[in-house]
Amino acid sequence: MKQKEKKTTPPQKGTFSRRGFLKGAGLTAAGTVIASSGVMTLKGQQFPPDKTLGPDVVNIRMKVNGKARQLSIEPRTTLADALRIELQLTGTKIGCDRGSCSACTVWLDGVPTLSCMTLAVEVDEREVTTIEGLATKGKLHALQEAFIEHDASQCGFCTSGMIMSAANLLKENSDPDMEDVKDATRGNFCRCGTHPNVFSATLDAAKKM
Amino acid sequence: MEKKKIKLPHGIPGYNLSEIEREIPVTEPPAWPVNEELKVVGKRIKRTDALAMVTGTAQYTADVQLPGMLYGRMLRADFPHAKIKSIDTSAAENYPGVFAVHVFDNMIEGANPKDSQQRNYPEVKYAGQAILGVAATSNVIAEEALQLVKVEYEFKDFVADIDDALKENAPVVYATDVDQEGSDGGEEIEQGLKSKGNVRGPSEGSFYGGPRGDPEKGFAEADVIVEGTYRTQVQTHCPMETHGVVVDFDHGDVTVYASTQSTKGVRNDFAEHFNLPKSKVRVICDFMGGGFGAKHGLGNFGVMAGHLSKKSGRPVSLMLDRKEEHVSAGNRPNSIQHMKIGALRDGTLTAMKLVSYGTAGVGLGAGVGHIAQAMYECPNFKSQQYDVFTNAGPGAAFRAPGNVQGAFALEQIVDELSVVLDMDPLKLRDVIDKSTIRKVERIRGAEKFGWKNPKEAGSSNGPVKKGVGLAQAHWPRFVNLDSTVEIRVMRDGAIEVRSAVQDIGTGTKTILAQVVAEELGLKTEDITVMIGDTIFPIGPSSGGSIVTGAITPPARNAAYDVKLKLLDIAAGRLETETENIITENGFFMIKDNPDKKLHYKEVLSRMRTEQLTVTASRSDDYGGFMLGTIGYGELGSVQFVEVSVDTETGFIKVDRVVAAHSCGRPLNIAQIESQVNGGIIQGIAYALYENRIIDKDTGHQVNANLDQYKMPFSFEIPEIGIEMVEDYGARSSTDATGIGEPANIATAAAVANAVYNAIGVRIYELPITPAKVLEALNKVKKNDDE
Repeated sequence: MKQKEKKTTPPQKGTFSRRGFLKGAGLTAAGTVIASSGVMTLKGQQFPPDKTLGPDVVNIRMKVNGKARQLSIEPRTTLADALRIELQLTGTKIGCDRGSCSACTVWLDGVPTLSCMTLAVEVDEREVTTIEGLATKGKLHALQEAFIEHDASQCGFCTSGMIMSAANLLKENSDPDMEDVKDATRGNFCRCGTHPNVFSATLDAAKKM
Repeated sequence: MEKKKIKLPHGIPGYNLSEIEREIPVTEPPAWPVNEELKVVGKRIKRTDALAMVTGTAQYTADVQLPGMLYGRMLRADFPHAKIKSIDTSAAENYPGVFAVHVFDNMIEGANPKDSQQRNYPEVKYAGQAILGVAATSNVIAEEALQLVKVEYEFKDFVADIDDALKENAPVVYATDVDQEGSDGGEEIEQGLKSKGNVRGPSEGSFYGGPRGDPEKGFAEADVIVEGTYRTQVQTHCPMETHGVVVDFDHGDVTVYASTQSTKGVRNDFAEHFNLPKSKVRVICDFMGGGFGAKHGLGNFGVMAGHLSKKSGRPVSLMLDRKEEHVSAGNRPNSIQHMKIGALRDGTLTAMKLVSYGTAGVGLGAGVGHIAQAMYECPNFKSQQYDVFTNAGPGAAFRAPGNVQGAFALEQIVDELSVVLDMDPLKLRDVIDKSTIRKVERIRGAEKFGWKNPKEAGSSNGPVKKGVGLAQAHWPRFVNLDSTVEIRVMRDGAIEVRSAVQDIGTGTKTILAQVVAEELGLKTEDITVMIGDTIFPIGPSSGGSIVTGAITPPARNAAYDVKLKLLDIAAGRLETETENIITENGFFMIKDNPDKKLHYKEVLSRMRTEQLTVTASRSDDYGGFMLGTIGYGELGSVQFVEVSVDTETGFIKVDRVVAAHSCGRPLNIAQIESQVNGGIIQGIAYALYENRIIDKDTGHQVNANLDQYKMPFSFEIPEIGIEMVEDYGARSSTDATGIGEPANIATAAAVANAVYNAIGVRIYELPITPAKVLEALNKVKKNDDE
């Protein structure tokens, strides 16, 4: 089979392993040591080096859907929990909480990112777009319109992640074909089996944009 | 009640559509014509709640956050079978952030031992069984507290594998006979059967009755006999939103937000467990992230959340994590089916015999359904279905319980028979299948698919071999009479539809709006649907493909009643007789003088009172039920599949599927197609990927996640073509039925038949993995450890 060149950005999983991180933090939570190494650099953002965070809350700032937000969170808080619990943006869903289903996909500085695998402290001074921020000035994104038109949600729990993945494709590729759409949503699990309508909605939205 | 006679559409448009006269109560509305002549029903209508889903504003149970809310987590057994000698929760109770700890006093899942001692702790029967719970200010604090609990176990021998459990001297899961009530999900559990060792049964009947004829005589008469053993795996439901509740015990009144397929089921369970009147328990389910049969009752997690909320005096959210979901929240039991079928040269069936074993872990309900008994009218039939206990999480109803497993055996053995008889498998079904709806589905589906008598199995050239296959399905038409709808209309123009029935992603909200809009001559946008709350009139559980057929007739009947009242108002204003008025496009108008009309909002504004309320409940089926609340007729389907099998790597790709389906009068074509897509995709997942794997030595599931538990993603999705066949039965005021179950019964068997046609070797065990393909082709040795 002909292997197509990947045109879309794969979802990012954050800079350090959240699983190992939580485990390492251990029960006593004596303090979360953020090691000072290059791994902390994501897209040129330098995380404060040589700094021990936690167990007390830390203050971070992020721009969420265009609005500046300030959060006081435990350093072990994931971006998904920070969005959902601290900021009440529950449109971002948690399906597996370990990066297997992409229901939690948001855009971090414009790049699709698994928010359950990203610590909120990594997002300090950065910009997040969630499903709630996709419509602009009260007007739905063309993909949201197309999802409604093509019946691309059944139970709807995967929908936010599907849309954030597919809308990113439309941002990067104005003329996608079926392979491109499948590639863009390849990590998004849907148990209802609504994929055929997700595909047709995305292709249709591309035409209308 | 006074009756009237009316004529209703009956039969299949384009095939045998006619009219039938039925005597029905005078309160029933007039007959709707076929869909072609309707405006809103039978069309592609956008979901009324789609906007909430695509903007992230839809609120699921997992999203509920209440002031002061705590998060609950449960401690689960590390061992598959053990006596609990002691539990020390003191350190957990004193952990900062913990507000309540509760230890279960009995086993609220799986089967119920007759000896009540067996039900009480201290004993756990599977790895991952919940023992106690903690409520704390966050999930992580609750999890940390759980790590401080000390449990002392005394290990017992266990058995986690069905073949091992069937052996003599196997460790016994239940020492006494057990029983279990079925849920509203449609699984059949025969009560009162005896157990020997880990084997309970046999169950020999279903609601279609017991054995018929004399199978031995039938086999003696047969020209050909085919037999085989078919095995299916354990499949877990994997809804995107895990099981969970938020319980708010507030001064005796309780509100439960539940991700459920049955608001009434959760309410009834909660009231029973906490000894409360049902009126004190309110259950709310606005949006829910999929259930597929496993979300009917309160569940032990719901009981735990109730106790934690009661003890702490705070609302408690308890959502299972993904691992708990796999291990403890239900599954489709596996099966070992020994099947034998006899036929004459022309294909006529003479005898069928089925002996099946399956394990629902510590639960019951591992039968393989009634499909072998009911789909073909074989005169001599006998089935013996056994439940086998293992130390594993309990099964639950799962989309067409039993029938998906049963179809894998039945529809393959019929395919094998067609090979032995050298007949086109499609033609063989014409001989043995008496169903009219499936006959039409075979004709239309075959045309859409381009079905020709398949080439000889394994005969395509090259290493990647193409194959085609088909399989059929049957599902009975159930109705639930506890289906009531309230319609409220207000002077300002608002029209509200209310029922406790929930929408599990199937589009129930939308079809209710459609039915009411059609009756009143409005658009779905004019109707507000408020469902999924037990303060509204009772609605059916979402199981067994019941909802559409149960709840839409009362919705239409209530709307009809409202319309009659509004027609009176309009007639007064337009100075004519009521019977001269029709409703269309939002207007009440005089039939022969459509210029004389009133906008519906103007009619509403003239009501004598601010609000008009009408309720209607499900009437009996027109023509009566067949038995109990099972209606006449059936939901048939025929699915055609084309696969490519790479004989060098063993990989199977499903290239395309054509599915011909029926659901009475289709209400919303878009939603029906969505559900059929989903049924097919789940069927492909069952055929090729999904498999709950429990390590025999430890009793733990080794793939309790969404990456090692294999699932189809975008690249595994085939091209799907759907042929909906309208099938009028004149059974209710909407004559509609659900599609959920029928959509995924036939797929795995059709895939298996196509794989056989591609490679010329039949694979008798699910999932059909590359390893099994290579093994079947003698390219690799069988791995016995698998």
